[in-house]
Amino acid sequence: MSEQKNLLWLQSGGCGGCSMSLLCAEGPDLLSMFEGAGINLLWHPSLSESCDDDFHQLCDDILSGKLSLDILCLEGSVIRGPNGSGAFHRLSGSDKTMLQLIQELANQALHVVAIGSCAAYGGITSAGDNPTDSCGLQYEGKLKRGVLGDNFQSQSKLPVINIAGCPTHPNWVTETLIQLAFNELSTQHLDELGRPRSYADHLVHHACPRNEYYEFKASAVNPSELGCMMEHMGCLGTQAHADCNTRLWNGEGSCLRGGYACINCTSPDFERPSHPFMETPKIAGIPMGLPTDMPKAWFVALASLSKAATPPRLRTNSRSDHICIPPGKSAIEGKQGGKK
Amino acid sequence: MSRKIVGPFNRVEGDLEVQLDIKDNRVQDAWVVSPLYRGFEQILHGKDPNDALVYTPRICGICSVSQSVATARALADAQGISMSPNGSIATNLILGNENVADHLTHFYLFFMPDFARNVYSGKSWFDLIQRRFKAVSGSATKEILPPRAEFLHLMGLLAGKWPHSLAIQPGGTTRSIAIQEKIRIQSILQNFRRFLEQTLFADNLEAIIDLKSQQELDNWLDTQNQKTNPGDFAHFLNLAHDLNLCELGRASDIFMSYGAYEKDDSHLFLRGVWDKQLVEFNPDTISEDISHSWMDHQNQAAHPYKGVTIPLADKSNAYTWCKAPRLDNQVVEVGALARQMVNGHPLIRDLVQQSGGNVRNRVIARLMEIAQVTIAMQNWIGEIKIKEPYCEHGKMPDEAQGFGLVEAARGSLGHWIRVKKGRILNYQIVAPTTWNFSPRDINGVRGALEQALLNAPVMEGEKNPVAVQHIVRSFDPCMVCTVH
Repeated sequence: MSEQKNLLWLQSGGCGGCSMSLLCAEGPDLLSMFEGAGINLLWHPSLSESCDDDFHQLCDDILSGKLSLDILCLEGSVIRGPNGSGAFHRLSGSDKTMLQLIQELANQALHVVAIGSCAAYGGITSAGDNPTDSCGLQYEGKLKRGVLGDNFQSQSKLPVINIAGCPTHPNWVTETLIQLAFNELSTQHLDELGRPRSYADHLVHHACPRNEYYEFKASAVNPSELGCMMEHMGCLGTQAHADCNTRLWNGEGSCLRGGYACINCTSPDFERPSHPFMETPKIAGIPMGLPTDMPKAWFVALASLSKAATPPRLRTNSRSDHICIPPGKSAIEGKQGGKK
Repeated sequence: MSRKIVGPFNRVEGDLEVQLDIKDNRVQDAWVVSPLYRGFEQILHGKDPNDALVYTPRICGICSVSQSVATARALADAQGISMSPNGSIATNLILGNENVADHLTHFYLFFMPDFARNVYSGKSWFDLIQRRFKAVSGSATKEILPPRAEFLHLMGLLAGKWPHSLAIQPGGTTRSIAIQEKIRIQSILQNFRRFLEQTLFADNLEAIIDLKSQQELDNWLDTQNQKTNPGDFAHFLNLAHDLNLCELGRASDIFMSYGAYEKDDSHLFLRGVWDKQLVEFNPDTISEDISHSWMDHQNQAAHPYKGVTIPLADKSNAYTWCKAPRLDNQVVEVGALARQMVNGHPLIRDLVQQSGGNVRNRVIARLMEIAQVTIAMQNWIGEIKIKEPYCEHGKMPDEAQGFGLVEAARGSLGHWIRVKKGRILNYQIVAPTTWNFSPRDINGVRGALEQALLNAPVMEGEKNPVAVQHIVRSFDPCMVCTVH
């Protein structure tokens, strides 16, 4: 803990949103966290003073071994196009492509961390026909064929640590960096897609405030309605690996609390669904994507049973943008709900 | 003549390189290079129109909400619907939240640290400024991060999260709030206002927005300088005076604003163009030229509805991925200064009357907006009627087109969409920094920053001209939006 860990943060084919999210870290703020964990920020594009020649000198010093690089963070995808040249992202003030610089630095770093789904798997930048031939550091979508390749291990013998998310929650990043700084992260702390299990062992569905609507299949049909968004509005919270509803965003928020669908942004290929994001694909009226670990027959049986038992309160409220009928009241306002 | 290539520029959002010709300690010519291309307009082709609501915020992590609003408006225009009154107010609150947070981030994290550089170590104000604004280690950074984060709790309550929300829809917002959220938001705004009044301005917000002329501003500064703890605004004004920042970074002095914070068919900050006088803004006269961009398949400048985005990396005579937008063939400047010129804030009009668009005036306009928009947000939250609808629902026709205009923190952002057979046929985005950091056009006319850099001073032996750093950052550039 006495020794400072040098951290370098680079951005390539992304939006900078993970950095913006990270600046929202609270209790403590980002800089206090770095201080507490003994992390020495060599350079961050939004925060550091130095630019231009000083930056190039810094990279040279790392590559020549003069300066140790303990943690390399990349935010944004690695851009390989056009035609493998990497020319869609040239490093400013040099003839080098970011493709080249990222590979060189990754080979030198003790730990390599992909910040966000772009750096992890390609993400939004690789959507559509992937015009820039973007991929992640170790992955391209679900496949381990990113620029660093299947067998890549950093100097610490760890694979790339994929803090997936679009954007990442500030604490997913800070807690992973602290684990690394304290030498407390090993392969057992990563899931099969390289994500820290600290947040990826949970489902977005956990602690969703719309859970009662989910249980009774009382579904929203239009934006701003209060019902469950799984049946019609494309919500993937029952399948998405993240703790968004137990560890909230910007104080008291999450996608579902904000009234819109979870688009499973911590998953490879989330950017290319086979259907419009805000519509649930169905076969014979049954959503194609079932809740994680739930057998289909069970889901069908439970769904039809719970639909038949939906209380009028939930049926009404699910299609409204505010609570029309409070718990324990019947549909006729003010009157106590009677027994069935 | 020596050629200097400056890059990477940090403390701008995204990637930037500037090429300079320097002679006799002055910048003789400048080329602004955006070195990153991601291809959002290509990605959007063929997608379900509503999917744009997922993709476009992810163009940019710092203007994410502005991108959402531009998409929502373009879709609403194509569908022929408009937002419900509550949805419209909530959208203004969410957008105001992002824009004010961005202005604050720009001032404290991106702009001011350049004055703590060693090049200024001989200045009388250096010790104070270095202690306060030194990148990462200055007292201000640590001090502003918690109130900034708390201010952005509005996003948690109104938009689910920031950045990259799906809460803003063509017909309004997805998050209905009740009395408890309304009260929470009022409290957050009160607390944020307290922070501004103690730390940034050391005065109440009304006193700031009531300043009417340079003379009044000078008098106000004199009063601040008598205080034991003047605010950070006063620190800036003092060093701006000492360094003559009002003589640095003048561009075309034609200012454009799409109009900001729309409500009941009007705007808090008016729509228009300032070219020595106020003239009407006509979106039909917008065009994008690709003569100096690494772009292909467009023979002449085209209106965004007809614009094409096909990259060509090895095009000769081109030097950037950025296209060159023009308004009626003219180079315009966008941003807070432009908005306040168009809207007619007396102090800003007087400052520009005396010294034009420049580094100092751009920063003053931005801080002025922090005060104005925070007050407006406190009014808006009171206007939410909690049981009224938040979102209208429309349907996208199979064939349609529409456009959406919005003011991001750093200026005018527009989206143009054409839909065919229910899918996106063409989607074109013209972002604020596309305007400000445009390359030359077919007539060789330089973009706004390229003009602003001409004649910038270079100190003896200076490897990395600090004046260039100030001029570039005074525009609050967002490079990820610029090219997208």
